[in-house]
Amino acid sequence: MSHAQTGDDAALVQAIRDGDEEAFAALVDELTGPLTRLALAHVPSRAIADEVVADTWEAVIRGIDRFEGRSSLRTWIFQILLNKARTRGVREKRTLPFAYFRRRAEEGADEPAVEPERFHKRGEEAGGWARPPIDWGDPAEVLATNEARDVMLKAIAELPPRQREVITLRDVLGYSAEEARNALGVSETNQRVLLHRARSKVRAALERHFEAEKATV
Amino acid sequence: MSARDISCREFVELVTEHLEGALSEERRAELHAHMDECGGCSRYLEQMRATIAALAALPPDNGFLESREAAMDAFRRLRASGPSGG
Repeated sequence: MSHAQTGDDAALVQAIRDGDEEAFAALVDELTGPLTRLALAHVPSRAIADEVVADTWEAVIRGIDRFEGRSSLRTWIFQILLNKARTRGVREKRTLPFAYFRRRAEEGADEPAVEPERFHKRGEEAGGWARPPIDWGDPAEVLATNEARDVMLKAIAELPPRQREVITLRDVLGYSAEEARNALGVSETNQRVLLHRARSKVRAALERHFEAEKATV
Repeated sequence: MSARDISCREFVELVTEHLEGALSEERRAELHAHMDECGGCSRYLEQMRATIAALAALPPDNGFLESREAAMDAFRRLRASGPSGG
């Protein structure tokens, strides 16, 4: 799990400016994986993600002299990556260009975590489970299988881009809420709403998978 | 305080705020009171926790050798002008 270490920023930035290969290599080792995963939230293939990451590093190298330390170095790098990945995603037609409507739709409160049909509509039990969650067995065990991993990866791939960004940063890569908020430029509330939608959908995908598995036994 | 204060349908929408520590003390108490009486919601929260843990445990992507090399080539080309830079 990688976390921003803002305390080391000044020394690291200076080392990169001075052409210190070792310092830069350590940063590349740390961030290339996370950056590639985040790029894949917007572009359709690993090959294009690799190009976006390469462009990002080049922009970092060229721009490091202008880096003012107003955000952490890692946040700044993530922002460069996201700008490039979003632009490229539009070109590859994976991301809708209508940012405003997309954002509204993705953060909309009209998207329930669980299908409304799962709850009683009226009567004394209104709002209570009509069809409660099924037993998954030992979660640590059933979620560690390759099948369950594929279900999760597919569910993430099918999320709207902003939700995909947040769940990738927060849950897959282990960044804090504050780091994700800074990198993505969203408010605390929006970050949480996007994360909520994303997590709810991944859980629902797993549930459908386990239900289908049970039905075939 | 009874579990009726929160419906199951409301419970599932509060899960992330709960896990993020963003709920008020009062709301949190209501959530716990609800779970004491509701197996479905206890299970839901447990599955959400398990899902989050499983996402963190996804194996890291591999094969970044080429990306690393490209980054280092760019660095040498654009930045390092000598053994100690400049």
